[in-house]
Formats: sequence, structure tokens, C-alpha cells
Amino acid sequence: MNGLAKLGRASLWRLQSLGQLALFVFSVFPALGYAFVHFRLVIKQVYGVGVLSLPIILTAGLFVGMVLALQGHYILSTFNSEEIVGSMTALSLIRELGPVVAALLFAGRAGSALTAEVGLMKSTEQLSALEMMAIDPIKYVVAPRILACVIALPMLALIFIAIGVFGGYLVAVGWLGVDEGAFWAQMQLHVDWHDDVLNGLLKAIVFAFVIAIISLFQGYEAMPTSEGVSNATTRTVVQSSLWVLGLDFVLTSIMFT
Amino acid sequence: MSDLIEIENLSFSRGNRKIFDGLTLTIPRGKVSAIMGPSGTGKTTLLKLIAGQLKPESGRVLVGGQDVHQLKRTDLYRLRQRMGMLFQSGALLTDLTVFDNVAFPLREHFKLPASLVEKLVLMKLQSVGLRGAVDLKPAELSGGMARRVALARALILDPEMLFYDEPFVGQDPITMGVLVGLIKKMNQSLHLTSVVVSHDVDEVLSIADYACVLSEGRIIAQGTPESLQQSASEYVQQFLQGLADGPVPLHYPVESWDEKLTLSRGGHR
Amino acid sequence: MNQQVKFEVWVGLLVLITLISTAFIALKVSNFSETQDRSTYQVDALFSNIGGLTVRAPVKISGVVVGRVTGISIDPVTYRARVQMDIFKEYDDLPTDTSAMILTSGLLGSQYIGLEVGADDELLVEGSRIYFTQSALVLENLIGRLLVSLTEGGSK
Repeated sequence: MNGLAKLGRASLWRLQSLGQLALFVFSVFPALGYAFVHFRLVIKQVYGVGVLSLPIILTAGLFVGMVLALQGHYILSTFNSEEIVGSMTALSLIRELGPVVAALLFAGRAGSALTAEVGLMKSTEQLSALEMMAIDPIKYVVAPRILACVIALPMLALIFIAIGVFGGYLVAVGWLGVDEGAFWAQMQLHVDWHDDVLNGLLKAIVFAFVIAIISLFQGYEAMPTSEGVSNATTRTVVQSSLWVLGLDFVLTSIMFT
Repeated sequence: MSDLIEIENLSFSRGNRKIFDGLTLTIPRGKVSAIMGPSGTGKTTLLKLIAGQLKPESGRVLVGGQDVHQLKRTDLYRLRQRMGMLFQSGALLTDLTVFDNVAFPLREHFKLPASLVEKLVLMKLQSVGLRGAVDLKPAELSGGMARRVALARALILDPEMLFYDEPFVGQDPITMGVLVGLIKKMNQSLHLTSVVVSHDVDEVLSIADYACVLSEGRIIAQGTPESLQQSASEYVQQFLQGLADGPVPLHYPVESWDEKLTLSRGGHR
Repeated sequence: MNQQVKFEVWVGLLVLITLISTAFIALKVSNFSETQDRSTYQVDALFSNIGGLTVRAPVKISGVVVGRVTGISIDPVTYRARVQMDIFKEYDDLPTDTSAMILTSGLLGSQYIGLEVGADDELLVEGSRIYFTQSALVLENLIGRLLVSLTEGGSK
């Protein structure tokens, strides 16, 4: 009986936080106009979430591309089809690993920072102060950060893909001796600009929006204590990662079947 | 003399704890009013209720005759431009310089030429004595300086009323003296209506025209500082003189110590 | 103010790197250049079996890509597979008796359409049909035929 009551309370609480999240999303949309007008706020945030994530994206992209080529070559050489290692690397990066790994890194690097920043702004009463100055914190604080994420993550995903393909090239052509001409030709034969690249980019945009909403919601609703902020940061990383992976399955099944 | 802020029969609770239970209070125009009470009596909450950041369960708050909690968002924001609030921590925007912090409300609400903004900002900073700190970041300021910058920011839109949330907490005696002097000076020269929420009895009573003491969600004493000091109420005397024990118990509600000892001998619960 | 300049310069740099990456992906990795500026004309052909042919498979003459498969459907009259393909405009001098066959690249590779150029004076134009076709080789049919010829050979 007690367990049942607990379950009921837990699910009610879940439902309530889902409702709060929905209200948050609805309040963000009209505020995005403000962010477009005050674009210098957005640029500052693109620096924070985009430029500062660049080193980790470049490093991770290079290694992911290299290992893809290595594994691909190992498997493909048993079928004597080593020359399609290029298209395999490129397709994996463009369709899946580019958007997904970039999004996961982005959630860990930028999403958590956003949650902590906004949570601290709440605990130091900066959000209250904005309200008292008759400025909506959703407009001034939340909207520019959301827009910045939606701008930055697709850029990072493209950079991730490019550096990943380059890493694959280094391993396949430079190390394993795949013919350079065949490497690029097979790639161009199998990678479609519209179906593969643009769909991959669309994935990145969706992931960016989801990560941004989760990070800022967690920061905005965090308990204004140091423990509350640290819990919210953890929740951001966990929830964003799960959402990215789940949505990736849904999007893939819509786009590539 | 009319009252600028009228609070009628206000009730508010957090979780299961009732913070205000039928609170009624009026704040006169153009005076310094002090709201005092021990920590945890909801003094900051009261300011947030007046400013419309929180909604009460029942009762209403009238500011200049308008019911704060019935206002539409745009009207509420218009009303807030007539209010200034000085937060406990200063609450400066940490990514802006002192100058940009003070200029912030001006730039957001009005399209003024940059030279005029600069003049107004420097004027306000001069009045709090921090014109030399324009290029510093909030992290480089001491607590007292941050509060003075916040005061300049709160004054930049020339509000009618100014709320101070625990302005003296954690300040050294010199800073405290500076802040007391500033609040007094601002109120006289700008004809502000000031509400000071604090538990620093001596400082507050030295500047207040009118004071009230909160306890358990109600006003238990109000009047001029002199009349409060003469009050016969044991509670008021305990609070004003800072006695450890009295009507406000030292202990958080718990079973008596004797009882606890006898109980635990019989086995731990 | 100074800070804002720094942000703008760095974000500008990020945009630049993104543009370089995008150009690299478009020109070197994907078929962007091919899909953009090439005008095509469409022809179709009926096959009794297309095997594993898919949309976007290449159309080749002597191994050179001259077009792409754009649509696969069932012809409502004959119930055979109708394959539509876009041929690049520069190859607009193919005779009407050109034949199309479905071939496989490598032993287990993907399938494509190979065109065998004919000798007729009339040329294929937008909406033409290629009448000479050869279907995909289906492994089961092959084995079946092999078995039959083997047993026939044995009984002789």
C-alpha cells in the first residue's frame, strides 16, 4: 500500500515536471525574437558554447574518424573491398557519429556549463534582480543561450564530420595503403548531399534544441543552493544524453528507411 | 499623508509551513519604514510578495492603489520600473562591468544617446562614491562596494520606492555606517519611499521613521522607533536587546531533553 | 566592449572553420557538385526483375557514370518493374536501340545499370523508353538452372 502510494506520488511528480518543461518551452518561443534583435548577446554565448567546445570536438572527431577507418578496414579486408572504407567512414560520420557524438560532447561540455551558470545566477539572485528591473530573464538570459546552442552545435557537427573524414583518410590512405583515388571516389559515389549530409545536419539542429532546453530548464528550476546546482548539472548531462540517443533512433528510422 | 503600499490580510505558505497568516500592514509614502524580525520570519518573502514575484494564497497587496497580483504582465513590469530593490548579495550581473550594470536598466527600457547614459550613470555612481570603479567587474568588488553599485543601479530609473533586503548583513562597521548614511541621504534628497528589511536593530532604528516587528506571520508591534523601544512586550524587548532566551525559544521544536533521556534508556526509537 | 570584440573575432573564426568544413564535405566527400549544376533528361525501362537495384544507383556506360536511377515502380500494364533514370545532358546522343542491363559491381557489391550503346539514327530524348533490357541475375534462378542442366546432363 505504501509502495503504491509512493509510486503514485513519483509519477505525479514526473507529470508535474513534464508540464513545467512544456510551459518553459512555450515561454521561450516568443522570447527568441528578443534574442534576434539583441544579437550581440547571442554572439557572446556562441563563443561560450561553440568556440570553447572546439578543442574537444576537433580531438574527438579526429580519433573517431581514425578508429572508424581502422575497424572498417579490418572488416572490409576480409571481403577484399578495402577501397569502400572511405565511404563507410564518411557515411557513419555524417549520418550518425557526427551529430550524435558532437551532441553528447556538447551536452557534457556546454550544457552542463549553461545549467551551472544559470543555476548560479538564480542562487545569487541575479534572475530575481532582472525581474525587479522589469526585464524578463527568459528573454535576457534563456533565449540568447538557446539560440546560441542551435547555431553552435550544427557548426560543431560539421567540423566534427570534416575532421573525422580527414582522420579516416590519414589512417586508410596514409597508414593502411588504400588507394587515394578509390578512397575519395567511393566516398563521393555513396554519400548523397541531400539525403545524408542535410539529414545529418537536421539531426544536429534537433539535438541542439533539446540539449539547450534541458540545460536551461534545469538551471532555471534548480534549487538555489550549491547542492541543488550540482544536482541540476548532473541531471542535465544524463537527461540530454538519453534524449539525444533516443531521438537519434526516432530520427534515423524516419530519415533513412 | 497617504499610504503608498497597503497589505491586507495576506497569507502565504511554503510547503506545509505558514509564513504569513493574515498579515495586514501599511507603508507610508515618503518615509523610511523598517520591517524587522528574526531570520526565517519571511521578511525577504514579504518584499517579493510586494513586488509581485510571488503570489499569495489569499489577501492582496495594493501599491499606489493597484492590486499587484491582478495586474497583467506588462502592467506589472511598468509598475516595477517605479520600484527599486537592493538584494542581499547585490545581485549584480556578473558578466558586465560596474558601468554596464548601472546602465543596464536604462539601456533596456529607453533608447537614450550614449552620452546621456554615461552622464546619468556617472552621476549615480558619484552619489554612492564609486565613480572610480566604473571598469571593474563585480567579482573585483568587496561586498559593501557591490551593494553600493547595486544601489546606484536601483536608483538609475529614479524609482518612487526602494526596497532594501538585509542591507547590513555581513558588513564591517565602516561599510555599515556608509550604507546607513546613504539610505538616509537618498531618502531625503530623492523623496523616496523606502522599505528596509533587516534584523540589525540599531542601524535600522537609527534611520527608520516607522518600524514594525514580525513574528510567526503576524505583526506583533509597530510604531516609531521610540515607541517600540518603550514597548512592554516581552518579545519585542527580547528581539531589540538580543536576549538568547525568552518568548522566542532557543531550541527548534523538539521533545524535552529529560523526556528524551528517559526514552532512550528504554530503547532507541 | 573590448570583450565583445574578442567574442566576435572568435565566433567569426568558428564560422570560417565551419565554412571550410562544409566546403570540404560538399566537394570532396559527397556528390554535392554532381547534384547541383548538372541538367538531365529522363528515360525509363522495363525489367522483369531488378534484383537489389535501388534508387540513386548509378547508370554507367563502359564503367563511366552517365546518370542515376531516380524511381522504381511497377508498370500498371505489364506488371514489370519500371525503372526511371536521369541521364546527364552531355550524353544526349544515345541511340534508341541502346540496351540496359542490371549489373553488379564486384562479387557482392551494389547493383547498377549498365547501358550498351546501339547503332540507330534516332536518339533517346526526355520521356523515351529503352526497350532492350536484361534483368538482374538472381542467385536462386541461376542455381535452379544449373541444377536442371546438371540433371539433364546426367540422364543423357
